[in-house]
Amino acid sequence: MAALASFVCGLIFGLGLVISGMTQPQKVLGFLDIFGRWDPTLALVMAAALIVSGAGFALARQQKQPMLTAQHLWPTRTDVDRSLVAGSVLFGIGWGLAGLCPGPALVNIAGLWPSVIVFVLAMTAGMILKDLWDRRVPSAIVVGEVSLSTSTDG
Amino acid sequence: MSSFDPVSALLGGALIGLASALLMMATGRIAGISGILGGCLAPAAGDKLWRFAFIAGLILAPFASGFLGHPLPTPRMPESWAITVIAGLLVGFGSRLGGGCTSGHGVCGIARLSARSIAATAIFMGTAIVVVAIMRHGIGG
Repeated sequence: MAALASFVCGLIFGLGLVISGMTQPQKVLGFLDIFGRWDPTLALVMAAALIVSGAGFALARQQKQPMLTAQHLWPTRTDVDRSLVAGSVLFGIGWGLAGLCPGPALVNIAGLWPSVIVFVLAMTAGMILKDLWDRRVPSAIVVGEVSLSTSTDG
Repeated sequence: MSSFDPVSALLGGALIGLASALLMMATGRIAGISGILGGCLAPAAGDKLWRFAFIAGLILAPFASGFLGHPLPTPRMPESWAITVIAGLLVGFGSRLGGGCTSGHGVCGIARLSARSIAATAIFMGTAIVVVAIMRHGIGG
């Protein structure tokens, strides 16, 4: 049941990305291009998403447990560390170069455009490289034992 | 086609927020796409079924949107294959290193008022703005 709910959420999320125009890199880059013809779309998308998710999360905080699982896995970390900063800079460079982030990249797979497939393969490789890199750093091995999904933010 | 359409932007954004809220209320999970996809790839991570289910929903979403009169537009990708590959690598590696992307930090994290997510979003958005400025206008390059 939880998997089915997750599928439906993925479907609604993807639907939102298509309808909002955020699967189009040109619209994302238009928002990021503050020195050109600025496209405010992304700001409106984020504002609407934040209002609805903020209200929904407030409701979720009132729940004793989620409808279909044992507990809410809220991210627990609060420290702004070096990994967060470095990772966000690298992500920002890639996002600025292509105008695609993980959600829209996955949604665009349906169109079977070769450039999108190549981007998704490279993105997947980047994620796998991060996992391999973690295992070469000794301190990360200890963390790996208790790899709860709450250790990441999203 | 890629002209500014505030109604679609707000409607689509509301759906993204709804999906994030529902995922937390139903399954207790954060709708962070890089975290969900990364968890599918990590050999150690356990609970994979809900992750693959969410990704399947994302990939099949254009069929639902097409049915509702919103066909998937052709994305304008970088002209250079090298830039496409480098951008993909950076987006994948960076989002995992930074603990999230536009969805996990930008939507879910800011909605939780997380200092980490607000910082991450400010950093990746600021960086992307600089990259676009350099690429399109040669500012600071």
